[in-house]
Amino acid sequence: MEGGGEMKKVEAIIKPFKLDEVKTALSAVAVQGMTVTEVRGFGRQKGHKEVYRGAEYVVELVPKIKIEVVVPDQTVTRVVETIAKAAKTGKIGDGKIFVSPVEEAIRIRTSERGEGAL
Amino acid sequence: MKKGFGIFIGICLLWGAVVGFAGEKRNLNTSSPISVEQGKAAAPSSLPGSSKINPADTAWILMSAALVMLMTPGLALFYGGMVRTKNVLGTIMQSFMVLAVVSVQWVLFGYSLAFGPTVGGIIGDLSWFGLQGVGLLPNPDYAETVPHQAFMIFQAMFAVITPALLMGAIAERMKFKAFFFFILLWSTLVYDPIAHWVWGAGGWIRQMGGLDFAGGIVVHISSGVSALAAALLMGKRKGYGTESMAPHSLPMTIAGAGILWFGWFGFNAGNAVAAGMLSTSAFVVTHIAGAAGALSWAVVEWIYKGKPNTLGAASGAVAGLATITPASGFVTPMAALFIGLTAGVFCYVGVFAKNKFGYDDSLDVVGIHGVGGTWGALAIGLFATKAINDAGNNGLFFGNVDLLGVQALAVLVTWAYSFGMTFILLKILDWTIGLRLSEEDEDSGLDLSQHSETGYNF
Repeated sequence: MEGGGEMKKVEAIIKPFKLDEVKTALSAVAVQGMTVTEVRGFGRQKGHKEVYRGAEYVVELVPKIKIEVVVPDQTVTRVVETIAKAAKTGKIGDGKIFVSPVEEAIRIRTSERGEGAL
Repeated sequence: MKKGFGIFIGICLLWGAVVGFAGEKRNLNTSSPISVEQGKAAAPSSLPGSSKINPADTAWILMSAALVMLMTPGLALFYGGMVRTKNVLGTIMQSFMVLAVVSVQWVLFGYSLAFGPTVGGIIGDLSWFGLQGVGLLPNPDYAETVPHQAFMIFQAMFAVITPALLMGAIAERMKFKAFFFFILLWSTLVYDPIAHWVWGAGGWIRQMGGLDFAGGIVVHISSGVSALAAALLMGKRKGYGTESMAPHSLPMTIAGAGILWFGWFGFNAGNAVAAGMLSTSAFVVTHIAGAAGALSWAVVEWIYKGKPNTLGAASGAVAGLATITPASGFVTPMAALFIGLTAGVFCYVGVFAKNKFGYDDSLDVVGIHGVGGTWGALAIGLFATKAINDAGNNGLFFGNVDLLGVQALAVLVTWAYSFGMTFILLKILDWTIGLRLSEEDEDSGLDLSQHSETGYNF
C-alpha cells in the first residue's frame, strides 16, 4: 500500500442531540473531517407509540446519527474513546461504534493516496 | 384515440362559443332602454327591478361565495396532510378538480336541476340550462335583494365542496378516471336532487317544512352517508391495519382546518342572503360551535387516550362546525354551545365506529360529516326558535313537537337516497371502467401512478 501505514474506518451510531458534542470532541483530537448521515434503527431501545384519531401506530425505528471517520491506525483507540465519552448518556439507545479496515484512500483534488489523503 | 379526443375538444370549444354569444344577449334583457350617462355605459343598474338590489346584501353574499370557494382548497390541504406522502398530490388533485368539473356542470345544468322550476317537487327542470333566465335581477323565490347570479354563484360553491368532502372516505385508492366520472354523476344525480328537495322552490322537503339553513342535510349528510356506501364498496386500503398510514404532514392539515373554519363563516352566515341580524346570528353560532367542538373532542381524547392532540382538536372543530351548519340560522348562541360540545363527543364516537364495524373510512367523512350533519339536522327539531329567525320554526324546546318529526323524515330519506344512489353509481362505474387502483399503483402511490408527479422534490 502506498503512502504509509494502515487506516481504519470508525463508524459510530449515536443519539442525534449528541452530534455537536462529538464533533467538538473529535476536532480536539485533530480529526480532520467526517461524514454524517441521518439514519433510523433499533437495538434494545424500544420505539414509541403514535395515535391518530384512535388509530395506534408503533414506530420501531428510532432516528439516529451515523458518523464515519477514516483515521490512521495508530489513532484509532484515541478516536474511539473520544467518541464514546462524548456520546454517552448512560441510558439505553446511546449507540454503537464499529471499526473496520480501509484498503485505500484517495484525495480527489490532488490524487494523494494513503494517510496523506486523510 | 388522440385524434378523436382532439375533435371532441374542438366541438366543445365551438359549441361553447355559440352558447356564449347566444346566451349573453338573453341575460342582459336588452329589451329595456339603456341610457348612456356621461360617456359611461350604464347598463344593468338602470334596469327596472334593480332598485330592490341591496348593496350590503350583495356584497355579503359575494364575499360569502368567495369564502366558501376557499374552503375547497382548504379541504385539499386538510385531507392532503392526512394521507401518506406518495398520495398528497393525488388527494389535492381530487379537491381541485372538483372545483373545475362541478363549477362547469353547475352553470350548464346543475343549478337548473337544483334550483330551477320544479318537476313534482323532486327535481328542477332544464329551463335554466346555460344560465338562461338566470340574470342580474333578483329572483324573489330565493333572494329578493341580490342579483340572481350572486345567489347562483354562492350555491355553486356548495355544490363544489360536497363531492370533495365525500372523496375523503375513499382516499388513496381510486383511479382518477373513475373519480372524474363519479363526481360528475354524483353531483347530477345525488347532490342536485337533494338540494332541490331541501332548498329548491317547490322542493318536497322544503314544502313539508323541513329546515336546513346552510347544508347539514344537503352537504353533510349527503356526503357523509354516500361516503359510507363508497367506503364499503371500495374496500379497505392495501395494508390497512398492519402498515403505517399515519398523516404525513399535520401542519398542512391544521392549516387546512383553519381555512375551513374561516370559510365556514361564509358557508353559514352567507345563507342569510342578507347582511344584518340573521347573518350576524349565524356567524356567531358558527364560531361558538366550532370552538366548543374543538374543546370537547380535545378533552374527551385527553381523558380516554391520555393526551390531547392537534388532529383531534382540528377534527373536533370541524365536527362542531359541520353540526351547527343546518341549525346556524335557527338557534341561540347557548344552544350552539351545547350543540358544539355534543358534536365533539358524538363525532369522536362516530369516528371510532369504523374500527368497530371494520370499514376503512380513510379521512373520517362518515364519523364527522355523516354523524355531525345528522345530529345537527335533528337538533333543529329541538332548539329552533322563531325568535332568531321568524322564517324558520320552533323546535321541541320551544313548544312545537312537529318539527322534530319532519326533520327526522328528511334525514332518513336523505340517508337512504344518498346511500342507495351512490352504491348504484359506483357499481356501474366499477363494471365499466373499474374503481380501484391496481395493487402496483396503490403501492407506488397516486402521485406517480395517476399524475406522474412527486409532491416533494427536496
